[in-house]
Amino acid sequence: MLLIHCPWCGDRAELEFRHCGEAHLVRPADPAALDDTQWAAYLAFRDNPRGWARERWRHVHGCGRFFNALRHTLTDRFAATYKPGEAWPEPPI
Amino acid sequence: MNGFGAFRLLREALRGQTGWEPQWRSPERPQPTYDVVIIGGGGHGLATAYYLAKQHRVGRIAVLEKGWIGGGNTGRNTTIIRSNYLFPESAALYDHAVQLWEGLSQELNYNVMFSPRGVLMLAHNVHDEQSFRRHVHANRLAGVDNEWLDAEGCRAFCPPLDIHQQRYPVVGGALQRRGGVARHDAVAWGYARAAAALGVDIVQNCEVIGITRGADGAVTALSTSKGEIRTGKIGVVAAGSTSLVMAMAGVRMPLESFPLQALVSEPVKPVFPCVVMSNTVHAYISQSDKGELVIGAGTDQYPSYSQAGGVQILSHTLEAICELFPMFRRMRMLRSWGGIVDTTSDRSPIIGLTPVPGLFVNCGWGTGGFKATPGSGHVFAATIARGEPHPIAAPFSLDRFATGRLIDEAAAAAVAH
Amino acid sequence: MTRLASGGRIDRTRPLHFSFDGRAYTGYAGDTLASALLANGVHLVGRSFKYHRPRGIFSAGVEEPNALVEIDRGPGQREPNVRATVVPLVEGLVARSQNRWPSLRFDLAAAAGLASSVLGAGFYYKTFLGPGRDAWHKRWEPLIRRMAGLGRAPEAPDPERYANRYAHAEVLVVGAGPAGIAAALRAAESGARVVLCDEQAEFGGSLLAEPDAWPQLAADIARLRANPLVTLLPRTTAFSYGLQNFVALAQVIEAANGLRERLWQLRAGRVVLATGALERPIPFSGNDRPGVMLADAARQYVLRWGVLPGRNIAALVAHDTGYAAAFALQDAGAAVAAVLEMRATAPAALLTEAVRRGIRVLPNHGIAGTRGGHRITGLLAAPRNGDGAPDASRATPVACDLLLMAGGWTPSVHLFSQARGRLVWDSALDAFLPGKAREAVTCAGACAGEGLTPGLPVTLLAAGSARAPKAFIDPQNDVTTRDIALAVREGFRSIEHVKRYTTNGMATDQGKTSNMLGLAVVAGELGRSVPEVGLTTFRAPYTPTSFGAFAGRHRGLLFDPVRTAPLHDWAVGQGALFEPVGQWQRARAFPQAGEDMLAAVARECLAVRNAVGIFDASTLGKIEVTGPDAALFLERCYVNAWQKLGIGRCRYGLLLREDGFIYDDGVVGRIAADRFHLTTTTGGAARVLHMLEDYRQTEFPELQVWLTSTTEHWGVIALQGPRARDVLTPLVEGLDWADFPHMAVAECRVAGVPARLFRVSFSGELGFEVNVPASQGPAVWQALLRSGTPHGITPYGTETMHVLRAEKGFIIVGQETDGTVTPDDAGLTWLIGKAKTDFIGKRSLVRPEMLRPDRRQLVGLVPRDRSTLPDEGAQLIASAASRVAEGHVTSAYRSATVGHPIALGLLAAGRARLGETIFATNLSGPATPMEVVAPCFVDPKGERLRG
Repeated sequence: MLLIHCPWCGDRAELEFRHCGEAHLVRPADPAALDDTQWAAYLAFRDNPRGWARERWRHVHGCGRFFNALRHTLTDRFAATYKPGEAWPEPPI
Repeated sequence: MNGFGAFRLLREALRGQTGWEPQWRSPERPQPTYDVVIIGGGGHGLATAYYLAKQHRVGRIAVLEKGWIGGGNTGRNTTIIRSNYLFPESAALYDHAVQLWEGLSQELNYNVMFSPRGVLMLAHNVHDEQSFRRHVHANRLAGVDNEWLDAEGCRAFCPPLDIHQQRYPVVGGALQRRGGVARHDAVAWGYARAAAALGVDIVQNCEVIGITRGADGAVTALSTSKGEIRTGKIGVVAAGSTSLVMAMAGVRMPLESFPLQALVSEPVKPVFPCVVMSNTVHAYISQSDKGELVIGAGTDQYPSYSQAGGVQILSHTLEAICELFPMFRRMRMLRSWGGIVDTTSDRSPIIGLTPVPGLFVNCGWGTGGFKATPGSGHVFAATIARGEPHPIAAPFSLDRFATGRLIDEAAAAAVAH
Repeated sequence: MTRLASGGRIDRTRPLHFSFDGRAYTGYAGDTLASALLANGVHLVGRSFKYHRPRGIFSAGVEEPNALVEIDRGPGQREPNVRATVVPLVEGLVARSQNRWPSLRFDLAAAAGLASSVLGAGFYYKTFLGPGRDAWHKRWEPLIRRMAGLGRAPEAPDPERYANRYAHAEVLVVGAGPAGIAAALRAAESGARVVLCDEQAEFGGSLLAEPDAWPQLAADIARLRANPLVTLLPRTTAFSYGLQNFVALAQVIEAANGLRERLWQLRAGRVVLATGALERPIPFSGNDRPGVMLADAARQYVLRWGVLPGRNIAALVAHDTGYAAAFALQDAGAAVAAVLEMRATAPAALLTEAVRRGIRVLPNHGIAGTRGGHRITGLLAAPRNGDGAPDASRATPVACDLLLMAGGWTPSVHLFSQARGRLVWDSALDAFLPGKAREAVTCAGACAGEGLTPGLPVTLLAAGSARAPKAFIDPQNDVTTRDIALAVREGFRSIEHVKRYTTNGMATDQGKTSNMLGLAVVAGELGRSVPEVGLTTFRAPYTPTSFGAFAGRHRGLLFDPVRTAPLHDWAVGQGALFEPVGQWQRARAFPQAGEDMLAAVARECLAVRNAVGIFDASTLGKIEVTGPDAALFLERCYVNAWQKLGIGRCRYGLLLREDGFIYDDGVVGRIAADRFHLTTTTGGAARVLHMLEDYRQTEFPELQVWLTSTTEHWGVIALQGPRARDVLTPLVEGLDWADFPHMAVAECRVAGVPARLFRVSFSGELGFEVNVPASQGPAVWQALLRSGTPHGITPYGTETMHVLRAEKGFIIVGQETDGTVTPDDAGLTWLIGKAKTDFIGKRSLVRPEMLRPDRRQLVGLVPRDRSTLPDEGAQLIASAASRVAEGHVTSAYRSATVGHPIALGLLAAGRARLGETIFATNLSGPATPMEVVAPCFVDPKGERLRG
């Protein structure tokens, strides 16, 4: 069970959180302007990296807020969590 | 390849079992050129190589495995085999596999221990019942066996089942009698042995580190930890690593990879005659030939390549097992393990061509890949050999995410209202 | 008797009676079942998995592969495969041997051993291929299954209880041997909160077999016990080491009140692993007979339990500690027939001591075979050849009744490895040791190699054994050195392959004693070193752990929370039938005396159509959407247009996923310019709120809008039927009826309670939904019942609700839709705001697949014979003989109002096929001809609800 640092509430057990997929995917401002392939890229295609992943979590059974995290998908370690709208931190070396 | 069978076994016994040769050739290094290179030495990849050699007479085939064959999800699942999927496209694919399972031991001359013990999916509420009866109707129409049992019928088929448990009593279930289990490792080994006998090179500890494309965009070669290989056709069957391998060819995939855990109990005398699944309470259980209760858990919520998951996931599953089968509370977990499952947004696999000429992909099986192994290899081999999708594979194309022609088995089972 | 007159930690004043295979024995408090059996001269305790060979007590701890018994504490409390070496003896203990028939001493299945030359590793992959394709399943598998398995599973539900606890510790110390106790004292006395756990009932670890250390041990434990910062957990196994120092512990309690075990899930600041080391057995022919025992285990039986497990012993020694064991047994009265020293020479000091004791030491010797049936009676001592194998031609027999094996030590690095720490091969100690850690973890004592000395390297321990017959590595699974060699010969070179092919290390002892030997044999066969061959992964659990401990208190009604609506108790009192919907329990129907559900539903339906019905709709999800941008927010999310919705008016809202498929629906009322009352489906409440929060927080953070779940704030009472207004009017205050048309909402008082009153209909009749604070729900319900009595008010349940809405063709998300249905498929395109350029899912609706003319569309269906009820889920086919599905029946009911069965379905291009005949499949007969009709069976013009 992961220990996750909510940027507002601090360290909490994974049970309080919900993973919400890849971060920094911005919904297109004008979806109608996209062709089907571009729209599918937004809908379904993902980085799915082995290594540092930028992802979204929500402290769903806590403050209810969404935030972003930098987590390594081989070790499941978090390097950082940060608020939406903030620039993502550089992965540790 | 010397055949397996009772007489050979007796003959070798007289020689102290010293006459056996390696079951598959495993050259230390790959050849410089192949007609087809399969990336991934799991059941699906080895089956693909076998059918390429056997049915499509492809001459030079290599299977590259970064670790040891069958060491990924092939050896990390709960071995459930069934084909009672809702949509005709899915049922056709999985039933193609079941039909191959039924003769696979003889086909491969290797006992893969396919055991059609019956797979019972439990319904716990009105919605489950509606959904499962819809499955039964759809399957019967498609010629796939599936039948509805009432609660007493479920208990008769699986005597340890407590149908009157307090929180989620069993209201009935969908039974596929042709479904069952098989010995997962033997599937990889059996395909490896049969493929190698047809000349396929199975190269273990050989990790692909790059895919080269020519001026026209088509694949021309790949680089590996054991050197460069020239080839015009690459089949990627690397569950748990698909996104990474495809990225080497510049292709982004509609996949996320999640940990999936399973566990076995200590072995006991036969007590559990079939396979039982309950999606409502997340429990999947059968008993192996060795006597272990084999129990599948759900996926963890976050993508990971760690082959490890949280203990709370195992707890959740064992809570459900103890509710359905309260006499198993004193059974003990002996081993647990984790796999990495590639999931698509519609929970159906992707089999077929990619935007890169010469590059083919077979992935996205989620939690259900083992059951499809022979069928998946069979249709993927045809797809690679002909350069166009096998009819059964055609609906599972990569472009369905753009057209919207999804095959959403998960949504079809969704609970609402 | 082999119990010594004195010595050990047992309490000779407290005899305990127990039975094994029906025979009565006596032991003492402090015994394990194994020590008590040995004290009674019982060596034969089990049978092996495959060949059913006799098996004795092999070890004194958790690594025991052989001495597995069934413990029977009564109905539902029978437990298979229990290691006798870890069971504390208690009064009345009933133990039985297992995996034998008809008896332990005479087991017919032992005939399998005669065929062991055929039944080598993986034999089952090579045969059982016929006759016929199903020969395996039909003919062979049942035989194999009967032979396999060990004990019997319990047959009755376990009446005992299991508990669960989450905890934190600044320091968790695993293992209460000398290193663990020292670490715990150090940490606690520096002010840290410490948890110290040990799998045994008594703390002390290896010190428990060191009588000289007992006074200090007692003092140390007293110091720990006196320290309020310290939690001591005996009989507690740390079995799983997860990320961020999250360690799972299984504590055995066995309290008289029926509390059996507790699962601890503990997050520790730092973990100290003091898990010790396990002695290595030695592969040689016949090393599996009862009476062949790990040397240090025998020493522990003498010094800790006061038991002499043999009177005439021999020892096969590859490590110095073997001498200590032999000397201890001799001191306790055993004769030492011989010490076979596998090394070229014994260490001088030990040799001197052995000579002083009159013990014959044969250097550079191995064992070429053993004798004995149910217990060892002798061995063949043989000098070792150049390849390390014992030379049988030069063997001399040695009689003995106990044979000690001292193969050296393997540090217990399991948990360190589970913590994803790197293991490094230490060639000096000939063992894998903890290397770089990934967690805040320290290893102390023998598990870190501290205090261990090298013996004969494990590859030399196994040297030459691969040619020896019946040299067992995994004595439970009957894996021999020859099996390993066969696997290597057949191309299984990865240690994981060898493990899977031979099953080595996959027995209930999880390879604690067999893994290293397996590695050594593979290394020998491949001509590689042990670290080159590699190591199988260590995974949880460290020792087998009860399912019940994982499940804890999550059983029965506590398995999953039950949610009930405010009127649940009232419905129970009325004898309602209930159905689970998600976690909710909802009243499905209210049958009266003599009625079945069908009859009740027919009566309830007619009451609504002809008079008035009352329904508890409280489970509907409710979200309060507030803020100046509330309308704009809904505009961006739902398909509908919201900005122009008047205050005091409501609208049926439809929510899609981004992929264009229907996700949820519900009525949304505008309470004020900046306030909406949004309803969701019962099952969708949480996920709709989650989805809306997602868009609010991350896509539209610039909007001034807030979402609050009010599902459990409001009790919702639906009044439906032509007399609904008559029932309501006398109770309503503060409402302008003149401005309260269909799809209106107002804040007023109902029965004196502040209410939000909706004029909405899910039945097609004049209808209202009264929202009142949930706590007031029962009172308002009663007031409405009283007011409705003259009008024939009738309570109805979810089944009637379903029938009524189906008669009107209203969809239920999750029944008419399944995640593959678009608004157009459901006939709901009219809901979409025409002028809207975007909303969630809009772009997906113009993908090619969504525009196909043959998409499945919602239709009504009526059986041609006006009597056959089609099955929900039945497939729709063009002719009775067709095999091609063109859709399916989503809902089907007997409609008392219409007078015949009605159904809704999704049918390819259905809206263009009205009047056609389509067939619904039938599981028990020919397909049912159905007429395709518009999906509305009652009041198609919708006049009644405006009445």
